[in-house]
Amino acid sequence: MTRTASTSPWEDLVTSALLGTDRRTPPSGPTPAGKDAPVALLDAAALHTVRRRAGLRPATRAGGSPPEPAPHDARRALPEPARRRLVQLLADRAGPAGSGGRRGTTPDLTELLPQWLAAANEHGYRAPASVLPGLLDAARARTDLRPQALEFAGPRGLWLARLNPEWKYALRGGSTGSALPAVDDAEAVRKLWEEGLFAERVALLTALRAHDAGAALALLGTTWSTERAEDRLMFLDSLRAGLSDADEPFLEQALSDRSRNVRATAAELLSALPRSALAGRMAARAASCVAIDRSGDAAAAIVVEAPHECDADMQRDGIVPAPPSGRGERSWWLGQLVEAAPLSVWPGRLGGRSAREIVALPVSDDWAEELHAAWCRAAARQRDADWSRALLGTPATPPSTGPGTTSPAERSKLLAALPDDERASWVAEFIAAHGLSEAFQLLGVCAVPWAEPLGRAVVDALEIARDAGSYPWSFSGVMGLAERCLSPEEAGRLEVLTATPDDQEDASPGAGSYWSEAFQRLVSTLRLRATMHAELTA
Amino acid sequence: MLLTNGETASGALAQGPRWATEQVLSLAPDDASRKAGSKLGAAGPWSTAGCDASGAVWGLCKGSGSRPYQTVVDTTGPAYKCSCPSRKFPCKHALGLLLLWASDERSVRAGDAVPDWAEEWLSGRRARAAGQDRAAAGSGTSARSADPEAAGRRAERRAERITAGATELEQRLADLLRGGLAAAEQSGYGLWEETAARMVDAQAPGLAARVRELGAIPGSGPGWPVRLLEECSLIHLLDSAWLGRERLPEPLAATVRTRVGLSSSADGSAVRDRWLVLAQYDSSDSKLTTRRIWLYGRESQRAALLLSFGAAGRPPRLALPVGLMLDAEVTAHTGSGPRAELGEQFTPPVAIDAPPPGGPCASAADTYGQALRADPWLDSWPVTLSGVIPVRDGEGWQLVDADGGDALSVAPAVLARPGLWKLVALAGGRPVTVFGEFGHRGFVPLTVWPADMSETVPLI
Repeated sequence: MTRTASTSPWEDLVTSALLGTDRRTPPSGPTPAGKDAPVALLDAAALHTVRRRAGLRPATRAGGSPPEPAPHDARRALPEPARRRLVQLLADRAGPAGSGGRRGTTPDLTELLPQWLAAANEHGYRAPASVLPGLLDAARARTDLRPQALEFAGPRGLWLARLNPEWKYALRGGSTGSALPAVDDAEAVRKLWEEGLFAERVALLTALRAHDAGAALALLGTTWSTERAEDRLMFLDSLRAGLSDADEPFLEQALSDRSRNVRATAAELLSALPRSALAGRMAARAASCVAIDRSGDAAAAIVVEAPHECDADMQRDGIVPAPPSGRGERSWWLGQLVEAAPLSVWPGRLGGRSAREIVALPVSDDWAEELHAAWCRAAARQRDADWSRALLGTPATPPSTGPGTTSPAERSKLLAALPDDERASWVAEFIAAHGLSEAFQLLGVCAVPWAEPLGRAVVDALEIARDAGSYPWSFSGVMGLAERCLSPEEAGRLEVLTATPDDQEDASPGAGSYWSEAFQRLVSTLRLRATMHAELTA
Repeated sequence: MLLTNGETASGALAQGPRWATEQVLSLAPDDASRKAGSKLGAAGPWSTAGCDASGAVWGLCKGSGSRPYQTVVDTTGPAYKCSCPSRKFPCKHALGLLLLWASDERSVRAGDAVPDWAEEWLSGRRARAAGQDRAAAGSGTSARSADPEAAGRRAERRAERITAGATELEQRLADLLRGGLAAAEQSGYGLWEETAARMVDAQAPGLAARVRELGAIPGSGPGWPVRLLEECSLIHLLDSAWLGRERLPEPLAATVRTRVGLSSSADGSAVRDRWLVLAQYDSSDSKLTTRRIWLYGRESQRAALLLSFGAAGRPPRLALPVGLMLDAEVTAHTGSGPRAELGEQFTPPVAIDAPPPGGPCASAADTYGQALRADPWLDSWPVTLSGVIPVRDGEGWQLVDADGGDALSVAPAVLARPGLWKLVALAGGRPVTVFGEFGHRGFVPLTVWPADMSETVPLI
């Protein structure tokens, strides 16, 4: 269409149409005379419209250089059945319909997505391009999926995320692996460290720390004094990985930091190094408070003399002077000292006894609870299997009368310090003795899939709960865990439980059929997991 | 799902291919069914599941009741039968069964004998289908010959009504232009709704639909006067064409009749071909769900559009999974552009072997321009682009020729759809083959094949 200097014939037509032919005479077009002005206008407009559409030409491409193609992804292609499975899992991700008490007999696909992603990443598969948008959407809604989803999405996923503001999250944090320079390219590392955004720098430090812990520390040292306090805290936190005695001088210096949070974190890290000077100072302080009572000639007992003051040196070593409301300050200080002292100090201090013997000793003046709780925190922090074992006690002992702690959260931290199979047997025995009502958090720290004795104990406990006549949703947490963590090989043994038993006299009405439904779902989920894993190993 | 070697393809033909999960999910009437069906797509609740070479799939699904549901699917239709009380179609059991069939060859084994309860429905359905074909062949002529005079009189009366309606509409358009479109911005929908109702009374649903759409244009953003004038002028063109239809060449007159709203019939000759199912999508208004299925004939090298309808909220019955190739007869409508009806299918469908031949961006514009000669009211035309790259263009997207400076803008309506991102992801900044509709509003991508042609991916 040609344009005149002022307006085109089409623009003239639009102007006349807008104002009305009564107010503005339309330009004369190729219409025979004798027609009404509006009709002549419509004729001309129709001609223009069809002519313009019929004469449509391609647009010219948008300016600028063509976009960089997505980087190559050398991982293996996903087997076709596994790809179909993923599409199915993603299609279900919007959440189970009606997530009320009753969940039906079919697997909850959303809950299997994390497992599927972890397995696919372990096999080193490449995400099919067509599922990337669904994957990025899923991980946007569920932060717990992000690390696995983004690893699976790979370089093409990041390439895509850059084009859509809704997927910006993918470019944040330590997940931008591909954007980081190689950790051994000293020049590029230094440049990014000095010029990069905060998130990039954290990611760089983390990557470098994993590759060469000393180099990461050195890099951090170059700019430490000029960093902002909250950044120092984050950088310090990333030293947690690969912590070793070599970090001590740096951490010791950070104990004099201007920021209290930085000081506290440095102290915490140092206390996890049993050979550090701080650990030694803490050991001396703690040891001076706790001793064997030699006065009486009855059985040995521990006496505690809590600290009378929190001096400047203690504060510099990370002891917080002011207790939370409701706690006495002396017991508050004691708890912190014992928690930060290396556990290795106690056998020597307490008459050459083992951890188990020490934990079994009576403690004078009601200090037992305070002291044991502090030892629990120390065992968890120092990941000490001996002490954890001693503080957990035998699984059959009721939690309220045992040593250490009654809190399931604390106990699960102690369990985490035990080797996998020992942990599984401990929890199995615990469940056999006490049932499932307090087992949820303990199960959460067990390795997946559950070892055979553990799986058996859970299934037996569920069967007992059913026979006791309660409703299955009282155990929905454990059921959900079992669906995800039981070994798929248990499916056969569970089959007999899917039948609907006759309602017993003392059972809740209809409980039998609900249990049958719950067990069917458990079995079908286990079968699906087996199929899922088989599809991925094809 | 493209089969590239002959051995696999013939093997698939003998067994009947299992569909991809996406193909099954594309049959779901709504999101809720899709989710419910996905949950049933695992071996757990199913027993006695099997399939055979004729395209039948069956299984027993344990539900909440004591008796399992009996579910049968004839994948050649596809058609579904389930003993559950659901009014969804296909129901979640049928979807779950198909998903299981698609993904788990051990749970849905091929070659088992068809159980009696399934066989009963399958043979009944096939007998009915054959009977309907015969009846259709017979009744087509009998209805016409029943009382040709009465039918002729009815047609004449309707034509008179439409003529009166078209004349009235011309008058209203002239009044509008006389007073100016600016006034239309204030009058809102009311004016157009009333005029549309008049066109319904005049038995011209085609005119009524166009008039109703005018109501949405004022206030549809910058440039609305241009769009309103364009659409008014095309209605005027249709009015004038109807009023002067005796002077038009027959094919154009047939197009005008269909555009005004007279129903067309599939009275072309049946073409047997290998038809690729390229796209399927639904649009709905308050009364009706319209499903469009694009086919492409491998030998005849033409596109065909299958339309099917469902009451509001109900999915239409015809559903064909994208990515399959049917050996079937297709009969074109007269005066309805590419519209056609699907006739007999001769063998179970197979996966398509290659995308339809495509061209650069310029060819799409040419094709649309050519198509307007036969039907100036066309908003878009089916085209296949090959060697194009999706590229960001400000807020929007373009498809750009990999070698050359031409580009097509993606239609604004597409920008919010998830399918666009699938296209971008699959291309990864490299050339792909895309099927879609191109018209004056831009390009609507419907299906994409990545560079290695490894799969057919629907974008809608």
